[in-house]
Amino acid sequence: MLGKIWNWIDDRSGFSDVVMPMLEHVVPRDARWWYVFGSATLCAFIVQVLTGIALAMVYVPGGDAAYESLVYITHDATLGYLVRGMHYYGATAMVVLAVVHMTQVFLHASYKYPREMNWMSGVVVLFVVLGMAFTGQLLRWDANGVWSVMVAAEMAARVPFIGAYISQFLLGGETVGGSTLSRFFAIHVFILPGLIFAGVGLHLWLILRHGISEMPKADQPVVPETYKEDYEARLEKTGVPFWPIAAWRDVVFSTLMVAVIMGCAIFAGPPTLGPAPDPANIHTNPMPDWYFWWYFAVLSMLPPELETYIILGMPVLGAIGLFIVPLLSNRGNRAPSKRPWALATVIVGATAFVVLTIYGYRKPWSPDFDVKPLPPEVVRSKDPGIQHGAVLVREKGCLYCHDVDGFGGHRGPELSVIGDRLDRGELVIRINNGGYNMPSFASSLTAEELRLIVDFLLTRTDHPDTDAGEDKSD
Amino acid sequence: MSDSPEAKCPSSDEDRRGFLTKLCLGLSALIGAVITLPGVGFVLAPVFARPKQVWRKLGKLDQYEIGKTVSVEFKDAVDQPWAGVTTLSGAWLRRVSENEFIAFSINCRHLGCPVNWVADASLFMCPCHGGVYYEDGEVAAGPPPEPLARYQVRVTDGFVEIETAAVPLTTNDRV
Repeated sequence: MLGKIWNWIDDRSGFSDVVMPMLEHVVPRDARWWYVFGSATLCAFIVQVLTGIALAMVYVPGGDAAYESLVYITHDATLGYLVRGMHYYGATAMVVLAVVHMTQVFLHASYKYPREMNWMSGVVVLFVVLGMAFTGQLLRWDANGVWSVMVAAEMAARVPFIGAYISQFLLGGETVGGSTLSRFFAIHVFILPGLIFAGVGLHLWLILRHGISEMPKADQPVVPETYKEDYEARLEKTGVPFWPIAAWRDVVFSTLMVAVIMGCAIFAGPPTLGPAPDPANIHTNPMPDWYFWWYFAVLSMLPPELETYIILGMPVLGAIGLFIVPLLSNRGNRAPSKRPWALATVIVGATAFVVLTIYGYRKPWSPDFDVKPLPPEVVRSKDPGIQHGAVLVREKGCLYCHDVDGFGGHRGPELSVIGDRLDRGELVIRINNGGYNMPSFASSLTAEELRLIVDFLLTRTDHPDTDAGEDKSD
Repeated sequence: MSDSPEAKCPSSDEDRRGFLTKLCLGLSALIGAVITLPGVGFVLAPVFARPKQVWRKLGKLDQYEIGKTVSVEFKDAVDQPWAGVTTLSGAWLRRVSENEFIAFSINCRHLGCPVNWVADASLFMCPCHGGVYYEDGEVAAGPPPEPLARYQVRVTDGFVEIETAAVPLTTNDRV
C-alpha cells in the first residue's frame, strides 16, 4: 500500500527521474571533511527559518509591545526559552560557518574557473547574512537594540548626499519611534530571507552545474581551456555519487552543529534582555553582538578625520574586494602552498579579527561610570588633605578613565606611579590643559581642588613605604 | 493552408512573435509598476515628509534649579499610538539663569549613543566610544566630530517648553 502511494508520488513528481540524479551527481572522491561547511551553513539557515517562523507567531513587531512579547517568549511561553535560544545560537552558527566555508573556499581557490559565479553569489549571501544578524539584534528591542538603531542611522547618515534619506528610511521618520521597529522586522523576515533563498538557490544550482571542486593539488593548476574536460575525465575515473557516499559527512557534521546549537540553547539560554527601551533613559551601554566587536574596536580607535571614510569605505571596499576575487585571478595554481599571498591574507585577516575582537571586548573604550571611591589601603595616608584629594580624584571623574593601584577605569594611562614620572608643575599643566583624549579641567576645578588632587597624585610613587610614614608613626 | 498569412509572408510570423513578446513584456512591466509603486511610495513617504516640529511642555519653571543640569523626557513630534515608550526623546536641560535654559541632545555626535552628564566633573561622557564634552557641549575628548546638538527651549506661562527635533545626524544637522 505504502509502496503504491510512493510510486504514485514518484511518478507524478518525478523524484526518481529528476531529483535523484541531482542528488547522485558524481563528486570527486577526495571531497572529504573539508567540504562540510557549506552544507552546515545551509542547515543553520534552515534552523533559523523554522525557529524564526515559530518566534514570529508570538513576537509583536510594535514599539510598544515588542519588548513585552520577548519577555513573554523568554519566560512564559512553552519552549519559548529554547526556541529563542536556538534562533540566537543558530544565527551565530550561520555567521561563523559562512565565514569558515568562505575561508576554506578561498584557501583552496575553488572560486577559480569555472566557479567564479559560485563565489560571487556566496559573497552576496554572506553580506545578507550579516544584515540578518544586525537587524535581528535590533528586534530584541531592549535599550541596547534601540540604541543600535541610532548607531545604524548615524552610520548610514555618513553616506554622501543621500545619507540623511537612508537614515530616515531606516528610522521611518526623523526619530526612533513607532515605525522604526516595523521596518526592521519587515527587512529581517521578508526582504533579507527572500534574498538568502534566491542567493542560496543560485549557489546550489551553480554547484550542480559546475560540480564540486577537487582538493587542490600543487601539480594541477587550473587551465580554463582544458579544465572542464580534465575535470570530467578525472571524475569518470575516480568520482563517487554525492548521495550517499559523500553526503554522509555533511549530515554527520550538520547533526553535530545542530546538537551544539541545541546544547547552547538549553544550557546557556538566549541572550539576556537588557532594560526596557526608553530612549529617554540614557543609562545604558550599547554593545553589539560578538561578531561585530572587532568593528566596535575599530570605530573606537579611528582618528575622527578618517572615520567617515572607514565606516563607509570598509564595508563597501570589503564587499567589492571579496566580490571580484575570481575576476582578479581565475586560473593557475589552487594549492595554498603555491599561493603565499592568499595564505598570508587569511592568516592576517584571522589574526586581526581575533585580536580586535578581544580588544573590542576587553578594552574599556569609554569612561567607567561605576568606579568606587578609593579604599584607605590605596590612599595610604592619614593626611586629611591627601584623603580629600583621593575623594576628588573620583568625584571629578579622573578615576573614570585612570587606574590607581587597581581601582578605576582604563581609558587613560594608569596613575599608580604618576608621582615618579611627573612633578607638581607638569601635573598642573596636564590637568588644566588636558591633552590627547583628556578634557581640560581648568574651568571645572578650583585652585584648591587642583592642589589637593595634585598632592594626592604626588603620593603615587614606586616607593609607597616612604609615603606611609605617618601610618608607621602611629 | 497555402493562403494563410504565415505561408504568404514568412516574416509576418516573426512580426507577430515580436509584437507578442513586446506586448507581454510591456504589460508585465505595467503590472509590476501598478503593484509596486504604491507600496514604494508608502514605504518612502516618511523619508520625504517633514513633520512640523512641535513644542512640548517639560514642567513648571520653579522645578528647575539654576545652574543644575537634569535629564528630561518628552514626546516626539510624531506621536504614534503604537510607539509606546519609543515615542519619547530625552534631553539634558540646564537652567542657566532666571529665564534662560539650554537643552542638549542626548545623542553623542560620534555615532548617536546616549551621553551621560557627570555633574562633579562638569562633563558629558558617552559610554560607547569614549566621547567627552564640556558643559557647554563642546568636544573635550574622544572621537565626536562636532559639539552636542541643542534643542530650542522657551518659557511660556510659567512652563518650560522644548521644541522637538530630528535625531541630530552628524552629516545632516537640523537641530
